[in-house]
Amino acid sequence: MAIIVDEKTRVLVQGITGREGSFHTKLMLEYGTRVVAGVTPGKEGQVVHGVPVYNTVWKAVERHPGINTSILFVPAPYAADAVYEAVDAGIENIVVITEGIPLWDELLFVNYARRNKRILVGPNTPGVISPGKSKVGILPSHVFKQGCVGVVSRSGTLTYEISRYINMAGFGESTVIGIGGDPVTGLDFIDVYKMFLNDPETKAIIVIGEIGGDAEERLAAYIKKHGVEKPVIAYIAGMTAPSGKRMGHAGAIISMGVGDWASKKKAFEDSGVAVADAPWAVGRMLKEILV
Amino acid sequence: MKLFEYEAKDIVRNYGIPVPRGRVACSPSEAYSVAEELGCSVAVKSQVLVGRRGLAGGIRFADNPEEAKRVAGELIGSSIRGVRVDCVLVEEKMCISREYYLSLTVDRGIRKPVLLVSPLGGVEVEELVKEHPEALMKIEVDPWEGVKPFMARWVCGKLGLSKDYWKTMWGIVSGMWRVMRDLDAELVEFNPLAMTCDGGLVALDAKIIVDDNSLYRHRDFLEKAGREYSELEAVAKRYGFSYVELDGNIGVMCNGAGLTMATMDIVKQFGGRPANFLDIGGGASRERVKEAMKILLKHPRVKVVLVNIFGGITRCDEVANGVVEAIRETGAEKPIVVRMLGTNEEEGRRILMENNIPMYTGLEEAISKAIELAGEV
Repeated sequence: MAIIVDEKTRVLVQGITGREGSFHTKLMLEYGTRVVAGVTPGKEGQVVHGVPVYNTVWKAVERHPGINTSILFVPAPYAADAVYEAVDAGIENIVVITEGIPLWDELLFVNYARRNKRILVGPNTPGVISPGKSKVGILPSHVFKQGCVGVVSRSGTLTYEISRYINMAGFGESTVIGIGGDPVTGLDFIDVYKMFLNDPETKAIIVIGEIGGDAEERLAAYIKKHGVEKPVIAYIAGMTAPSGKRMGHAGAIISMGVGDWASKKKAFEDSGVAVADAPWAVGRMLKEILV
Repeated sequence: MKLFEYEAKDIVRNYGIPVPRGRVACSPSEAYSVAEELGCSVAVKSQVLVGRRGLAGGIRFADNPEEAKRVAGELIGSSIRGVRVDCVLVEEKMCISREYYLSLTVDRGIRKPVLLVSPLGGVEVEELVKEHPEALMKIEVDPWEGVKPFMARWVCGKLGLSKDYWKTMWGIVSGMWRVMRDLDAELVEFNPLAMTCDGGLVALDAKIIVDDNSLYRHRDFLEKAGREYSELEAVAKRYGFSYVELDGNIGVMCNGAGLTMATMDIVKQFGGRPANFLDIGGGASRERVKEAMKILLKHPRVKVVLVNIFGGITRCDEVANGVVEAIRETGAEKPIVVRMLGTNEEEGRRILMENNIPMYTGLEEAISKAIELAGEV
């Protein structure tokens, strides 16, 4: 098991001939991910690291019917078009790595994908990895180890940092997923939390949140309503962030009084979720829960 | 990107939304001629991108052009909450009987636009949310479908307005929607939307925030982008990293927004004070690292620089080279604490060692060291 990606995942890379697309295709292949086709309009016939390139997603899917997941390295101005193409071609999981996509493009395609029952990860995500099985993203694979801890996060490097502490404590990960740092994302914490609950391999869940928005508060409210079904530990970055300033991520801004660190911490604690006060505390807390 | 009130009003006016007659003036004599043209008592409003300018004395009134000129002379060049006033909006002074709140924005949690309305307008929405959360009501809008006439009737109901206002309100609400879509805005706000003494509705203040990621398709705004940034924030934009100034003495440079915030938090928990948020982003080149590092090395308040890098797409050797070059170019002698892990870590360590910069792999250890050094100097 694991969630979203596993050994059965067959991947299409949209934007495969670009610098990032080609580089990460190579890294995904090295990890063992089954990357079977790529798309870049106008580049059909090329081969990137042994992967054939097509002009359209339709043609790629026709030639490689096993494709169930697409990863997008398409530049921001063209990303929305690429998402619609993937949805309309019937691809189930769409991972949007691209950052800087216009807000209204995101609002429209995120709603479109959800209405069509697709799993859309991102935008502005490092992707998804199920260690030992498959990686669909740009996460540095050496950081992760196969295990029983599900990790869901809004950030990249902080996720690697915390996964390192999970591994140092003697555990590994079932799946690590970045939902994306933008204000609007396809999957939210609740969606991923529910997937982890249904995954028998996942024994504990780590939620890595940050200031801005109300994704953490919404998850806390959901857990409060349904009760704690698997142990959850949360870490929230941004205790020292000032109000009204955007901290790197477009999503990380405290506005209209919602989304500050204290409100997120309180929401989690009220719902029975333990909140780690430092990245390394996650490892220690896991030991207490999982022994 | 926030628009000035006069820019927002010029835009919404073109979409058929009623706003007071008026024009921007960037000198006292210009203010005189606008007031003269209007031929009535006027409001002279400082054009600054900060809230609560009224309380800070940024909004004044004048009964004749001479007075408008004098008041404009006092406001232009003055500073409101630390921001310099370059221009004022001179517009007809309205007789107002009630003030409402009306906005169209995006609710991230539900991934949809929402229409927000309150009968208690004129106060900052942050305060409204805090003091009277029940008085701020919202209705969801489907991003594909847009606003519908029933929403205007709903707004009237919440404001206690009779059905005589349905048509006017629909004009306002549908205009707001078109502004939002045409401009790629994340906020279109009228606070207050006012009821005039003769029973008309008018947007007395207007605020529009355009999505930064969309600026490339709005060339007119693109030229003005960056005017809300400080000098250092503008440098950061140019080289592709994020910088936010704080008030401590430990300069913090990391890769990734989450890791940067977490590092700042730990600095604070350990008793230190971060001087800034600086995220070099993913896959930073030595050039970008160098420019980022130079900001911290040159900053008078920064006593020590703490670098925390978790290499993935970012390579430790590139970071190390950038750090070393920044020191060479600035000649700075501030202590530097580097903690690096991940891609090309060994090469990065070698480069730092050659330049006598200690490198740590433990996060706690590095942060403690930085705090100790900040206290010593």
